[in-house]
Parts: sequence; C-alpha cells; structure tokens
Amino acid sequence: MKQVIHRKFSKNIFRLAIVILLAFTTSISAQGDPAKGKALFNSNCAACHQLDKKMTGPALRDIESRLSEEGLDKEWIHSWVRNSSGLIKSGDDYANKIFNEYNNVPMTAFPQLSDEDLDNILAYTAEKKAEPAPEAAAAAGAAKASGEGDGISNKIILGALVVLFGLLAMALILVRQTLNRFAEAKGVDVKESSGLPLWKAFVQNQFLVLVTVVFFLLVGAYYAYGFMMQVGVDQGYQPVQPIHYSHKIHAGDNGIDCKYCHSSARVSKTSGIPSLNVCMNCHKSIYEVAESTATPEHSKEFYDGEIQKLYKAVGWDDTEQKYTGESQPVKWVRIHNLPDFVYFNHSQHVTVAGVECQTCHGPVEEMEVMYQHAPLTMGWCINCHRETNVKVKDNDYYTKIHEELSKKYGVEELTAAQMGALECGKCHY
Amino acid sequence: MKSLIKIFAIAVVLISAVSCQENGRPNYQFMPNMYESVGYETYSETAAFRNGVEAQLPADGAIARGHMPFTIPNTLEGYDEAKQNLMNPLDSTLIDFNKGKELFDIYCGICHGTKGDGQGTLVKREKILGVPKYDDAGRNITVGSVYHTIYYGKNAMGSYKNQLLDEERWQVSAYVMKLKADLEK
Repeated sequence: MKQVIHRKFSKNIFRLAIVILLAFTTSISAQGDPAKGKALFNSNCAACHQLDKKMTGPALRDIESRLSEEGLDKEWIHSWVRNSSGLIKSGDDYANKIFNEYNNVPMTAFPQLSDEDLDNILAYTAEKKAEPAPEAAAAAGAAKASGEGDGISNKIILGALVVLFGLLAMALILVRQTLNRFAEAKGVDVKESSGLPLWKAFVQNQFLVLVTVVFFLLVGAYYAYGFMMQVGVDQGYQPVQPIHYSHKIHAGDNGIDCKYCHSSARVSKTSGIPSLNVCMNCHKSIYEVAESTATPEHSKEFYDGEIQKLYKAVGWDDTEQKYTGESQPVKWVRIHNLPDFVYFNHSQHVTVAGVECQTCHGPVEEMEVMYQHAPLTMGWCINCHRETNVKVKDNDYYTKIHEELSKKYGVEELTAAQMGALECGKCHY
Repeated sequence: MKSLIKIFAIAVVLISAVSCQENGRPNYQFMPNMYESVGYETYSETAAFRNGVEAQLPADGAIARGHMPFTIPNTLEGYDEAKQNLMNPLDSTLIDFNKGKELFDIYCGICHGTKGDGQGTLVKREKILGVPKYDDAGRNITVGSVYHTIYYGKNAMGSYKNQLLDEERWQVSAYVMKLKADLEK
C-alpha cells in the first residue's frame, strides 16, 4: 500500500516537472536566446553578414524591426533564410530588390535551421550594440600611463646617477685643490715626479718597444680580419618595411603555415613576396585587429592603420566592399639577398630535401619585425651540407644512387655533401 | 685636468665606433658589381616597364606552358555549370590523398579545419567566422564546384589559383570530397 502511494507521488512529481519544463522551453522559444543565437550566427551567417558592417550581404543589426517597417513579418524572414532563391523566383518585390542590390549573389539556403534557431538568431541581432566599455578604455589608458611611468622612472634614475658622478668628480677636484693649498700654507714642497718621465724610460727600452709594436700589430690584424670578414654579410639586417607586417601575429599566434603566403617556395627558385591578393584572402574579412592583438609597443590603432595601408595599396573600398581598381605596388625591402654569383633554389630545399623554413630563416614565428637570422655565407651553406643527412625515405628518386653511394662511402646514411653538394658547379656557374 | 679630457675623447671615439652597428641598412660589399645582378632580379624595380616593376602580368590570352586554360567563367551560371558537369580529370590512380592533405592543411585547413568541419585555427580564434562545413546540405558541394571555388573564390573566400597549380587544385578538390564523405558518415 505504501509503495503504491509512493509510486503515485513520484509520478506526480514527474508530471509536474514535465509541465514546468515545457512551460520554460516555450517561453524560451517565444523570446529567443541571444547567447544561442550568437553561436548559430557565428557558425552559419558570419561568413557573409556582420551586425554593423556591410559584407557580402547586408548588415543585420535590428533586421527584424527594420524589415517590419517595410511591412515584412517574421514569416518572410523564415522563408528567405530557408530558400531565398525560391522567394526571389516567386516575384516578391523586396526579395528581388535586395538580390539586385547585392550584385545578384544568392544567399545560401539554410533549410536545416528550425523556427527556434531563427528566433535565437533574431534575438541576437536585436541586441543593442555594445558601447566600448569605458572601464576597458580606462584600464588601457592606465596601462599606457604606467608604461610611460616606467620609461620616466628609468630616465630619472639615469639622470640622478649622472648628477651623482658629476658631484663626486667636483668633490675630488675640490679636495685636491684644498690639499694643495694646505701644502703651500704649511710650506711643504709637493714633489713633482722624480727622475725620467715614464714614457722616456719606455722609449729607451728597445725590447719593450718591440714587444709593444708586435702586440699592437697583432691586435690590429685581428680587428682588421674581423672587419673584412663581415663585409658583405648582412646577418641581423632588419629594415623598416613600408607596411608593418608582423610574422609573430600571422605565423606565430594564428599558426598560418609559411607556405600559405610564400607558396612559390614549394615549386620555384624564389620563395616569393606574396602578392596582395593573398593578404586579401583573409583581410577581406579581417578589417581590424582584436583588442587582444595589441601589445605595449604597438596599439590596436597602429595595426588597424597598417591594414588600411594594405587596403589603399590593393585598392579595396572597405565600406562598399569592392575593388576600386586603383592599386599601387608596395615597395617591400628585400632582406635575404644572395650575391649574383650564387645559385639557390627554394623548391630544391623545401620540397625535395624537406628542410624546415626555420632552419635558415630562424624563429620567424616570433619576429615582430623580420630580420636576417643566418649569415648566408658560403661557409654556413657548406657546413649544413656536411651535417645534414639526405632524406631518402619515401623518395624513390634517390633510392638507387643512395644505395650505391652508401656502399662506396661505407656509411648508413649519406650527407648532402656525399651526394655532391660540395661541388663548386652546384651553386656557382 | 688634461687627462680627464683625454679619457673623455677616447670614450667618445669608442662609443661612436660601437654605435655604428646599424641594422636598418645593408652592409658594405666587397665588389658590388659581382653581387648585384645585371639582369632583372625577381620583384625588382625597373624602368623597363611603365609601372616600374619587374613582375608583369602575362599578355591577355597567354597560356603558360604546362597549364590548361579554364573556360568556365566566374559567374553564378559558371558555378552551377561546374557543380553539375565539371569532373576531376585525374583518375583514381593519380589522386594522391597524402599530397591532397598536405596542401589542404596549408591552404584550406587554417579556416575550414583539417577535418573540413569549418573549425580551423582562425575560426577557433574568432578571426574569421561562419566557415561552412563541407557536408552542409544547403550548399551540397561537388568536386566541380570545389574546383570552381578554389579557382575563383566565392563570397568572402578569395581565389587560390595562384597558390596552387592546376593538378594540385584537383588533388585538393578530390581531398575535399573525401573529407565531405567522412563527415557524412
């Protein structure tokens, strides 16, 4: 008996729970959940739409209320999203107007979005535009100020040190003067240095002169050699580029492969300066950097300005979302320059040998400003050829020659040098 | 007092010698006429052409050696035509999914994700949003439409025809269809 009551009781609770749950879900579907809508918007709509900016398609902030002013209800939006081309073909005026306004690019149909999904998305688009939080701005300002504060305090410390040393020097001079005066007053004769001056004694000792001359000759030769050897070597060369392009942000933080932009390194002699349309593959969508991209050295405004420089060079009108046709070449400064008498082929090293870009170009993914990492001297090339084993795995081209040569040299793995990479004619002809 | 001036002079000389280390400009060269090319260097400036750059576009209608012209136009009708009729000229023995994957991961995976699910690094970091999945029902991509999109770009996506050769584009297209099939499983 008791058991039965208990079961009934639990059943009642279950029913109640279902009723509450249903009521709750209906209330959600009626209003729409902006948070869910944001996720849906970002995965489905954001390729072509933004809230406040014209992209491939129109800006969508408050689209529901704006369309209701045109006399179009939610049903119209639903049928447009699920099948816009059907709506256009049915002869709907507003649908055709929008279609023509946006260069006859049809919107992809989204039949998979349910009524609830669409309500969520509309709830997201109806959200008020978030004003840039004054706290964040203030915090940024404070950070900036404290950064400046550091610079100032450093300068103050340095200045104080200079003043201190100046005072010390003054004090020493004054002490000397007073002592001299005391000596005069007491009648003590301050002895000038007796006998031969030091330099005369030195000149008279011929052996000492010879040793000193030899010493200076050797030191001179050492420095002359060092100076001559670095002529023509541009290691560390770090010119200012016309557009501040940060390899750190692109290749490091965002993990874009080197060969995405330098695609010709795979297949040709030169690694290539990417043409600006490669930049525009991403920067058509990315017209400003995120707040988190800004660093103490370079502000968000600075980076945004650099993107504007790109738009100007490539002739992209960001508000109209189309090319103006007025482009101008960017005068990038070439950093890695081999002399004319050396032949170097990128594809041979990148594709055939499978050498990582960083082996020669250094930690590019950490460079805010690009510089030359390697000396690019002949000794440096030769050294690598001597030490690097040829990758013959999965490369039938080398199998036979590798077998024969490894038998000849009696080694397991051949180095590039043993394959003939030290021969003059490989690089100089 | 005199020695103080001498020490100061030596310090000035030494400091000026050290501060000559300048990374903003290239170093001296022994024999510049052996270093600098007489012929045009890749991407160099030149007065030979009106716009002053060495890199010139090919003449209109020129077909580079080893390349086949792509006749389907960059229009919506062209896209539909490619979607329905364009087939992969590579047969199954020539399609190399390893090569396709390697190229896909470099050029496409950064946005589309290495699995083709629209979750590439740039999407996860919220730099570029709304990248579709390959099994998206509304788009229903085919190998021809993939090739057309790689060749001309579509909406926010740019053209990749100068980063991939003809054959490589087909390898990538074939790999995209493999990813689509994997996603639909």
